[in-house]
Amino acid sequence: MIDSTQNSDKYSIGFWLYLMTDLVSFAALFATYVVLRNNTFGGPSGAELFSLPFVFAETLILLTSSFAFGLALIAAQNGKKQQVLGWLGVVFLLGASFLAMELYEFHGLISEGHGPSGSAFLSSFFTLVGTHGLHIAVGLLWVLVSMWMISRKGLTENIQSKLSRLGMFWHFLDFVWIFIFTIVYLLK
Amino acid sequence: MSQPQFVKPEISLSSYVAGFIISLFFTALAFSIVFGKLLGGNIMIGVLLLLAVVQAAVQLMFFMHLGTKTRWNLAMFISTAGLVLVIVVGTLWIMHHLNYNMSGQQMEMHNLQEEGISR
Repeated sequence: MIDSTQNSDKYSIGFWLYLMTDLVSFAALFATYVVLRNNTFGGPSGAELFSLPFVFAETLILLTSSFAFGLALIAAQNGKKQQVLGWLGVVFLLGASFLAMELYEFHGLISEGHGPSGSAFLSSFFTLVGTHGLHIAVGLLWVLVSMWMISRKGLTENIQSKLSRLGMFWHFLDFVWIFIFTIVYLLK
Repeated sequence: MSQPQFVKPEISLSSYVAGFIISLFFTALAFSIVFGKLLGGNIMIGVLLLLAVVQAAVQLMFFMHLGTKTRWNLAMFISTAGLVLVIVVGTLWIMHHLNYNMSGQQMEMHNLQEEGISR
């Protein structure tokens, strides 16, 4: 019992270290974006392309999914398997809608001729926001795998420990999104 | 290295609810400043960046429970935040000053526009 808790602590520190290195790579992408944001090559700037209400909706969806993950973790703590599966389902649906909105935005930009090759600004925009979206996609897959494992094996200590790391990952993505919507969309 | 804590920290519903409500408030505030054009120029940039830092801190405290698990997580976060600051501020600083190192005509344009210096 003590051993497994100790291991779980170790894993969680290791996973936290990964998240911190991920934060550094996001920092490099943010720096690139801020440097290149005005290099629009005569094309449209962010102010002309982005829709704030759309981004506000995306933000609310991701924030709510992060909250829902917290509820899943609390249900797991109380050993309520069905509740955990239910909340993880909510997390998945909200995360998937967020990703769908992001892809819709990308599709709109590309079909209007403002794809990543349009200008330095667009390249850095697609790289920064796309990297975040890729993380969300990986997180969604991980949520599905977790739901499958929980429904098969139940809330064992091992699975709870894994679930807590997925929670860290999911909250981390919401954390990064705060800076994306502020720097990319609000300060356009 | 200190002994790891054996007691599993309990996560509480109230922490998540409080974090969610506070986050909603600050997010709505940040968007409404831009929607309503309440502020402009450098003040708006400063306020929005400050709001982002506040929202990030709320998430770290209420959602990720930073500092309550082990001190190591907090130490790693603080050193990473320092690194991030060096990368971002350093990049912006260097790239801004690169404008002084451009070829003659471009530099003159830059000095005229940014500094009001003309020959």
